[in-house]
Amino acid sequence: MKLTLHIWRQKNRSDEGRFVTYELADVDDHMSLLEMLDLLNERLIGKGEEPVAFEHDCREGICGSCGLVINGIAHGKEKGTTVCQLHMRHFADGDVVYIEPFRARAFPVIKDLVVDRSAFDRIVQAGGFVSARTGSAPDGNAVPVAKPVADLAMDAAECIGCGACVAACPNGAAMLFLAAKISHLGLLPQGQPERSARARAMVSRMEYEGFGSCTNYRECEAVCPKRISVNFIARLNRDFMKASLFNETIPAGKAAGGA
Amino acid sequence: MKLDARIPAGSLEEKWTRYRSTVKLVGPNNKRKFHVIVVGTGLAGASAAATLAELGYTVSAFCYQDSARRAHSIAAQGGINAAKNYQNDGDSVYRLFYETVKGGDFRAREANVYRLAEVSAAIIDQCVAQGVPFAREYSGTLSNRSFGGSLVSRTFYARGQTGQQLLLGAYSALSKQIGEGAVKMYPRTEMLDLVVVDGTARGIVVRDLVTGKVEAHAGDAVLLCTGGYSNAFFLSTNAKGCNATAIWRAHRRGAAFANPCYTQIHPTCIPQAGPTQSKLTLMSESLRNDGRVWVPKKTGDTRRPGDVPTGERDYYLERIYPTYGNLAPRDVSSRAAKRMCDEGRGVGPGGRGVYLDFADSIARLGEGVIRDRYGNLFEMYERITGEDPYKVPMRIYPAPHYTMGGLWVDYGLMSTIPGLFVLGEANFSDHGANRLGASALMQGLADGYFVIPYTLGEYLAGSAGAKVTPSHPAFAETLAAVATTTEKLLAVKGSRSVDSFHRELGAVMWDTCGMGRTAEGLKSAIAQIRALGERYWQDVRVPGAGEDFNPELEKAGRVADYFELGELMCRDALERNESCGGHFREEYQTAEGEALRNDTDFCHAAAWEWTGPGKDPIRHVEPLAFESIQLATRSYK
Repeated sequence: MKLTLHIWRQKNRSDEGRFVTYELADVDDHMSLLEMLDLLNERLIGKGEEPVAFEHDCREGICGSCGLVINGIAHGKEKGTTVCQLHMRHFADGDVVYIEPFRARAFPVIKDLVVDRSAFDRIVQAGGFVSARTGSAPDGNAVPVAKPVADLAMDAAECIGCGACVAACPNGAAMLFLAAKISHLGLLPQGQPERSARARAMVSRMEYEGFGSCTNYRECEAVCPKRISVNFIARLNRDFMKASLFNETIPAGKAAGGA
Repeated sequence: MKLDARIPAGSLEEKWTRYRSTVKLVGPNNKRKFHVIVVGTGLAGASAAATLAELGYTVSAFCYQDSARRAHSIAAQGGINAAKNYQNDGDSVYRLFYETVKGGDFRAREANVYRLAEVSAAIIDQCVAQGVPFAREYSGTLSNRSFGGSLVSRTFYARGQTGQQLLLGAYSALSKQIGEGAVKMYPRTEMLDLVVVDGTARGIVVRDLVTGKVEAHAGDAVLLCTGGYSNAFFLSTNAKGCNATAIWRAHRRGAAFANPCYTQIHPTCIPQAGPTQSKLTLMSESLRNDGRVWVPKKTGDTRRPGDVPTGERDYYLERIYPTYGNLAPRDVSSRAAKRMCDEGRGVGPGGRGVYLDFADSIARLGEGVIRDRYGNLFEMYERITGEDPYKVPMRIYPAPHYTMGGLWVDYGLMSTIPGLFVLGEANFSDHGANRLGASALMQGLADGYFVIPYTLGEYLAGSAGAKVTPSHPAFAETLAAVATTTEKLLAVKGSRSVDSFHRELGAVMWDTCGMGRTAEGLKSAIAQIRALGERYWQDVRVPGAGEDFNPELEKAGRVADYFELGELMCRDALERNESCGGHFREEYQTAEGEALRNDTDFCHAAAWEWTGPGKDPIRHVEPLAFESIQLATRSYK
């Protein structure tokens, strides 16, 4: 098939950026969208032009590296699918395709379609863990975890940290990402001792990073490639409210994620 | 070059305990004075960096991805082995050890494997404590599944995402240390060379992948946790960014490379769909618990799978290997699939595929149970192929997946360069000539959480050499060498893309050094790879500049290394005149087509020494002494 591509090109963070149009022939049904971009880049290199920079790694929907906005939808219109698993059989000959980076204040563009999502890492560094010194763990079966609880924790833990939720949110909120992390650890018995401190520290870091607030658009859930439910946001709110009411003291340095 | 494995004295069961009890320790106040450089943040790297920082060392960690959480360990689906014997089905440390050595076709070092089996149970405990949401029974206890090459059920799992969940555990532990300032993290940073001062590893040269800036970091020890080299085949199940550059450039600085020809071709991958395919996707081996592998009995049978009556199907794994059946180990299953396709009984485009059929399990257990066990894998299959595996059998074919070879290390995971340690898939030590399923995650975490904290301490306590800073002349020399290579790549300005060369190299590797190898094919491959490598340096086109975000330049450096590594893989395969595990030399097989080992001449690890560009490397040998195990013909019948 032959496609008309409008691709966002931006030299670096301070460049203004613009759409550039490319006509691409010989696109095959079997290709993934990223393989289609490979083909485009192969042709651009052949013509002595600079290839389009885009982020990708595992190309099997699990590493969370890739993330593009395809015709206005983060990861494209297929539900529960990362853009690396979006195959060209879902497009038709002659289609016009707009490809943009994730856009959010907290995710500045590095180049073309590549954005900086390191704010997610800093939120985790602020408190997204269970402190378990290596070697100090009791036997794995010492604390039973009811299967439904373990399953629900796993549902939340499936988040791959791609940032589509932020890109889709009109407010640029990271609530679904944070809710997934808070719920995963907060549901398990191992996560209880630090549950309140975790909620406060992570929320505070999220706000510091410039993410917006949740106003229940639910766009995040619609684009999430792992289909994380917005119900987890209710859990996050509950944990955060509780933590705020009890007002436990957290070492200041840790709450803000250290240095 | 001297290969001293430094295996502790005593019986197999005592070695590690005695080592830990008697090893020299670094005092608590002195640990922070030692700067440890960790390259790679997969399971091995993240667990090592977090644990060493907890102990008090000053740690810098580097990864090429935008976040430490994205290392390719994340893609492991099936599970992680541990000798917990929660199922009361006869598992023990010894049995895990024995099955791993046997699975590796008796080409691994006994003492290392025993230690791996010994610490396996503690890994599960550690991960549970971190909040890894392992699958549970209704009783609340941990659940297990079976995996290839084992007669017990010892694999722990988290749906089809075990790797991601274990990595998130290690990443969260690492994140805690980063937040507390104990680890300095450098994402989007790639190691391009090793700095060696007076024969010891004292630093690395890295490139910031965003700005293109190249700089050096000095340390008291360097840990390479950078994974394997399956991408030498271009098409593999590895992530696109996975590369051998860190270990290869360390090799060029003096670290011996062991058993490069031991590569694992995984039996259950989605077959290649077309010539523009950029990578292959694995379907977890755990699928073989409930899926039955078959091909039509007739050659050239083009009927749809549902139209082939049971009597006309050949469930060849069940037929040839009745004891293990569909759970035969990976190398054995892969070769069997290739044989079926070579006989003309393969299915799908080009006849390179076999069926993995769930119809019987769905009939027995119901679609709900199968969906619960493998739902996300089935979905992934459907997304890629456009076919619904609940209705039609999956088509699978083997693909390069894991490399058992890697930098040679001693019992303490130290390479032939003092101060350079190698962990996880990047080293060669535990899996011999074939790795069993669910053992890679186990090894990565064993090395990082439980082995390196002791063995690194031994080195640092003993060395206490003078501090080295990046002002030492060795750093300037190494920086200059890296700059020269980059300039050279950019200056070629040829006509072909990096990928086009990589694809061509991959095709040569797959045809000659893949599932079946011959002396003739390997000799011709060495010549072809040399010629192609020379063309590369004359005709590659790397657009853009060095001081910029430039993914083509990143690839160009990696592919340059694959030419040299690919040649060494072929050379190693050519010298090893036997078949063992994943290394199958067609000249050496039994009448039934199984691997024919030669224990008299090849019961050893081959460690290669770099002698310079274009020069023949030197093959050294570490004999493998089996004290506790009787060498036997590996049979899964």
